[in-house]
Amino acid sequence: MTHPTDPDRLPHRVSEKPFVFDDEDALTPEQERYYMASQWKMMWWRFKKHRIAVWAGAILLVFYLVAALVEVVAPYGLETKNVRFKYAPPQAVHLFHEGSFYGPFVYPYKVTRNLETMTRVFTPDTTKPSQIRFFCWGDKYRFWGLIKGSFHIICPPEKSTMYLLGSDSLGRDMLSRVLYGTRISLTVGLIGITISFLLGISIGGAAGYFGGWVDKSVQRVIEILRSLPELPLWMALSAALPANWSPILVYFGITVILGLLDWPGLARAVRSKLLALREEDFAVAARLMGAPPKHIIGRHLLPNFMSHLIASATLSIPSMILGETALSFLGLGLRPPVTSWGVLLAEAQNINAVALFPWLMIPMVPVIIVVLAFNFLGDGLRDAADPYR
Amino acid sequence: MFAYMIRRLVTMALTLLAISFLVFVIIQLPPGDYVTTQIEEMIAQGTAIDAKRAEFLREEYGLNQPFIYQYATWVWGLVHGDLGYSFEHNLPVADVVGDRLFFTMVLNVATVIFIYAVSFPIGAYSATHQYSWNDHGITFLGLLGLATPNFLLALILMYFANVWFGTSIGGLMDPIYQNQPWSFAKFGSVLAHLWVPVLVIGTSGTAGMIRRLRANLLDELQKQYVDTGRAKGLPEGRLLRKYPLRMALNPFIADIGSLLPQIISGSVIVSFVMSLPTTGPMLLDALQSQDMYLAGSFLMFLALLVVVGMFLSDILLAILDPRIRLEGTVGQ
Repeated sequence: MTHPTDPDRLPHRVSEKPFVFDDEDALTPEQERYYMASQWKMMWWRFKKHRIAVWAGAILLVFYLVAALVEVVAPYGLETKNVRFKYAPPQAVHLFHEGSFYGPFVYPYKVTRNLETMTRVFTPDTTKPSQIRFFCWGDKYRFWGLIKGSFHIICPPEKSTMYLLGSDSLGRDMLSRVLYGTRISLTVGLIGITISFLLGISIGGAAGYFGGWVDKSVQRVIEILRSLPELPLWMALSAALPANWSPILVYFGITVILGLLDWPGLARAVRSKLLALREEDFAVAARLMGAPPKHIIGRHLLPNFMSHLIASATLSIPSMILGETALSFLGLGLRPPVTSWGVLLAEAQNINAVALFPWLMIPMVPVIIVVLAFNFLGDGLRDAADPYR
Repeated sequence: MFAYMIRRLVTMALTLLAISFLVFVIIQLPPGDYVTTQIEEMIAQGTAIDAKRAEFLREEYGLNQPFIYQYATWVWGLVHGDLGYSFEHNLPVADVVGDRLFFTMVLNVATVIFIYAVSFPIGAYSATHQYSWNDHGITFLGLLGLATPNFLLALILMYFANVWFGTSIGGLMDPIYQNQPWSFAKFGSVLAHLWVPVLVIGTSGTAGMIRRLRANLLDELQKQYVDTGRAKGLPEGRLLRKYPLRMALNPFIADIGSLLPQIISGSVIVSFVMSLPTTGPMLLDALQSQDMYLAGSFLMFLALLVVVGMFLSDILLAILDPRIRLEGTVGQ
């Protein structure tokens, strides 16, 4: 069929099918799930792919659970001492006694004195296997200092002792003390990072958003703080804490000190992200609509890189945990009766401890595990922080 | 180049001034002053206190003066090489510290050299053999090095150095050389003792530097000029040495800014554990007894080491990289 008036014109064809608007964009269910997912959900998927980070997260979860439930998990109380068993070496858990299954038990120690060296000698008494009790009543405690109780998941055998990780100079169980240390050591990092996070966001945010002289002076301060060696400064500040403060106050003082010096890194990250983002169209639009700076920063800009911030905050928790350990080790940090891993390690200060009582150095194992776990978790979070990449 | 150096020198001086103010505020922080601590101690011991003597001491040390005046006096003294007076030791600070500052510098410089010497080849190897077993092993060891508190490493290594090599525990030289003038034997003894603290302090820094060099080099190795070089037939080793390594070297040297504070922090605690004749142990004492000028001098000295180190690395970078020389900024 040719055109009625112009025979040279080509004919045109119109599809007879009914017009459906989004027919071509029909998504398979998987695609739909993917495209409709929220940002946090996508980050979670991305994070799950990082196997080591997931494991690290699980390990940290266990550690924090222990920290929350120490009183129930630890076989002994924090201060339970037994003067007969000073510096007892770790006891092994056995399952078989004289070839037959007996359940988990320990051989109790016989204590004799070596009169030449004037030291105690501990020999396992293999004739009397004593069974370890589970879900039992043992040392009394106050749960988080509030609720009285005596229920434990694991208790030493009746009328006997159990030092799975040895005992210290006063005959206190190292395992229980390490477990109690978990609570203090792990919370130091959390409180410290909260302080440094708040400082970093507000100072870095102000510098990045306002620019100009605010930015310049913040930059200078950051440069100066970063060129100072951390530990000596921490030492000087914690030496300045009044000696008559209660251990709890000292604990908060130390966390504040650790947080006070850590913010420059975060502030820098916030600043550079803000500088890049505030020129984006959506930020300009918000400004033109008359939103105040606080609203723009908090509502439009911060959510954009919150995930990055969380990742870098996770990566700086280890340095706080190590910092607390170092300070307590030097005797400038926490003091007994507050028990952290650093306080415990302070007992292993001399070379004799390494030679004679190596189990006093056991608190170093959880330190290493936790620091590594936070590093892996942070790596995984950083990879997951930008799921659109 | 000359203008760049001058500019860097001026910023360095200003930074040091700001740091000195910060340090002075911190050492002034503890409530009371040295004389009050002394008086409290005397009361505790039951000794009668002479109010006149206390007043005399305060006058003598200038503790009655306003804060700014004390600060100005202190800084003025520092500039002229007068480090102030140590209350605890009853001697000028300069006499108390003796060659501790020198040994601190030796220790830290040796550690920096150690870190660069070890981490450069290992990092390069790790990057060129990415995901090989050796690479995984190096990464694992590096992470372990980052996570272990170095004071514990010091304790353990000290023990084994003694058991295996018979190195005497603690100190930087055999006791017989303690008060002798410098000789080759003494120098040898220092070297024989230096390796343990250097190794311990350097561990975490080395681990960090290996990771960074590896990441930098991996970025470079993906670039097109590497393919071009390979396509025109350059042998692998020559290609690596000629281009990507040089590019990766730049941030590697610039990183001394984050490395130095870390090394110095490490050296403080490690020298406490190993009782080395450096600033660490004495700084701890001074802080605990509120011997403010002694503590202040040590803090200033440690900060000075960092700032001067950064200055030197910036100059080195400017020599290596014409972009920095001409634009005056570290391009990263």
